[in-house]
Amino acid sequence: MKVTGAEIFWRCLEYEKVKVVFGYPGGTTLPIYDALVESPVHHVLTRHEQGAAHMADGYARASGEVGVAMATSGPGATNLITGIANALMDSVPIVCITGQVASPFIGYDAFQETDVTGITLPITKHNYLVTDPYQIAPTIKEAFFIARSGRPGPVLIDITKDAQQAEIDWEYDSSPVQLTGYRPDLSPMPADLKAAVDLIQNAQRPVILAGHGILISGAMEEVLEFAERTQTPVASTLLGLSAFPGTHPLSLGMMGMHGEAWVNQTIQEADLLLAFGMRFDDRVTGKLSHFAPKAHKIHIEIDPSEINKNIPVDIALVGDLKETLQKILPSVKPVTHDDWLNTIQEWKGDSSVRDIQNLPDSGHLYAAHVVNDLWRATNGEALIVSDVGQNQMWTAQYYRHDKPYTVITSGGLGTMGFGLPAAIGAKFARPDMEVWAIAGDGGFQMTQAELSTLAQEGIKINVAILNNGYLGMVRQWQEFFYDKRYSATPMKSPDFVKIAEAHGLTGLRVTRRDEVMDAIHTAQNTPGTVVIDFRVEKEDSVYPMVPSGAAIDKMIRRPVPQSVGNK
Amino acid sequence: MRHTFVALVEDIPGVLNRVVSVFRRRMFNIESLTVSNTHQPGISRITIVVDSDKTDVDRIMPYMHKLINVIQVEDLTYEPCVSRDLAMVKVSAPPEKRSAIMQLAEVFRARIVDVASDTLIIEITGDKEKIDSFVEVLQPYGIVELVRTGIIAMERGVPKLLNKTNGNHKTKMPAEYEVVS
Repeated sequence: MKVTGAEIFWRCLEYEKVKVVFGYPGGTTLPIYDALVESPVHHVLTRHEQGAAHMADGYARASGEVGVAMATSGPGATNLITGIANALMDSVPIVCITGQVASPFIGYDAFQETDVTGITLPITKHNYLVTDPYQIAPTIKEAFFIARSGRPGPVLIDITKDAQQAEIDWEYDSSPVQLTGYRPDLSPMPADLKAAVDLIQNAQRPVILAGHGILISGAMEEVLEFAERTQTPVASTLLGLSAFPGTHPLSLGMMGMHGEAWVNQTIQEADLLLAFGMRFDDRVTGKLSHFAPKAHKIHIEIDPSEINKNIPVDIALVGDLKETLQKILPSVKPVTHDDWLNTIQEWKGDSSVRDIQNLPDSGHLYAAHVVNDLWRATNGEALIVSDVGQNQMWTAQYYRHDKPYTVITSGGLGTMGFGLPAAIGAKFARPDMEVWAIAGDGGFQMTQAELSTLAQEGIKINVAILNNGYLGMVRQWQEFFYDKRYSATPMKSPDFVKIAEAHGLTGLRVTRRDEVMDAIHTAQNTPGTVVIDFRVEKEDSVYPMVPSGAAIDKMIRRPVPQSVGNK
Repeated sequence: MRHTFVALVEDIPGVLNRVVSVFRRRMFNIESLTVSNTHQPGISRITIVVDSDKTDVDRIMPYMHKLINVIQVEDLTYEPCVSRDLAMVKVSAPPEKRSAIMQLAEVFRARIVDVASDTLIIEITGDKEKIDSFVEVLQPYGIVELVRTGIIAMERGVPKLLNKTNGNHKTKMPAEYEVVS
């Protein structure tokens, strides 16, 4: 049967079980968009290709499936770049499809021609340029396989317009992908497993560093079983939040630059670190030479290039986390660490007097109050998508997640503008869930245009803007390290209530702490999307904070007001 | 110190760019690079030499392994191996100096491959040090042009690299990790 490359393209997406794609059409994707009319796949028209990439990212993280973003050649493709780099840093499986000028024109500076495979080479797990219609189907199959297997990541396929237009005899080949140079299925040596168990059994002060890998591998039950049986406290990375129940007695909270003091102290005093699917990012370790100096380190990680990259480890178990823990668990005997856990509890008590939640209502609206109220109003069960900056850290600190896959945020790349589009993508993946995007006034405006997308699609999420009139995180660094010279950080924003209303959505403004709950409830009970402009304290900072390059237990703490005590 | 990496890669466009990018991104200057076909259809062999004292040169290997089109990588730096470079040197050779140059060539077992009125082209094969010293002794005569192929290297004895890729390609990993099928 004769079919066009464009028709093959959509049929292949169906074979990959793709239900929704996020994209923006253009000259070199016209054949694909023409064939879309006959396809059951739902296409979401974004307002910018960056939004499409972030939506695919949010969709992938919320669903565990591969997210798909589409763009035309040239500027369409280059607009995807930030989203692709973001997905690479956070190990998110997305497949990006770009149109390319017809193959005879490649290399002749044709209209809207860009060397997209060249540009994206360092920011994709792999990429392809397809000029032959017969290669469309096998390439798509390979791309999805590579994106979702091993350590997931973004894959880009650049398809020339003539390959989309060509009519060929074609039938789907369902044989499995064969890639000679790709080994995603490694597993640790038995001797190393045994050595790891010995270290685990003999540890007096162990701590688990819970990373994103737990969620990617789906190892939540195994980690919980392991932590409870060995009575090991669990510190979480930013992307590891929700991998271990946030209200569990063994849960410590987030570690690193904005981790609570007791969490970092636990790591520094530990005699055994169990790094589960995390990569010792500099925001986690602080000064490398001073990181966990007393601890043996066991690293369970699927990507061999992460082993000994930042932190040298005693035992590296390279493989899938879930499978590896399943191999370890039968030989792990129950142990207790009462002294250790009590010590941590004391550190925790010392910190809690500094917690902003314990400060009396001074009439000021703090972002932490907003996030904490949101946590209570949603019973900790909402899917929370944060942007980047202070809003992200407050969300990480004050929203406790008990259920997995309820946190989506841009970790490694720190992409402002990620929150709103990622929340839209997440809502398509989990239409049953209450989805909240939390953003600062700066990040929100970067991709604010995607409000039109959600209005056109008629989906319901809620948006909490923590509006402090500054690029808050940069302002905070200027306050601490640049003598409060607020260079280019004060920001004048539009009226976000009117912005919401201009999109046919509901806008609310909150300026006092006692209005927060009502506004959240109103948003929850309104059928359409609600945007809430929370006018929070302008010059508040995220505490504690480890200055860049310092050891993680050398932190700037929130000043304790006289009225609370002088501890 | 000098590090020699050998990679077997898929023989398709763009692969060299991917491999070289691993070095470029980490600011390693490549001293020599050779690429050619092998006896196995569809597989090319790349030899890359970098001269670096940066400690993270060891981290090149796992990043090369990560590339989908790279089938196998070996670091031959610490392995017993044979390495060869080929150079063609065009040297200024007026009739009165010609015999002296030809004698030097003979000492180095180099071959005269072209004779013109006042130049000679001399071909020499050997390891890097041999060619370096040959070039040095020719310097006083006046080198007009010089071209070198870059190092190619091969492990002595059992060819670990090639054995691993014969028939099945299931062992694209450093030895310390077990591969499950």
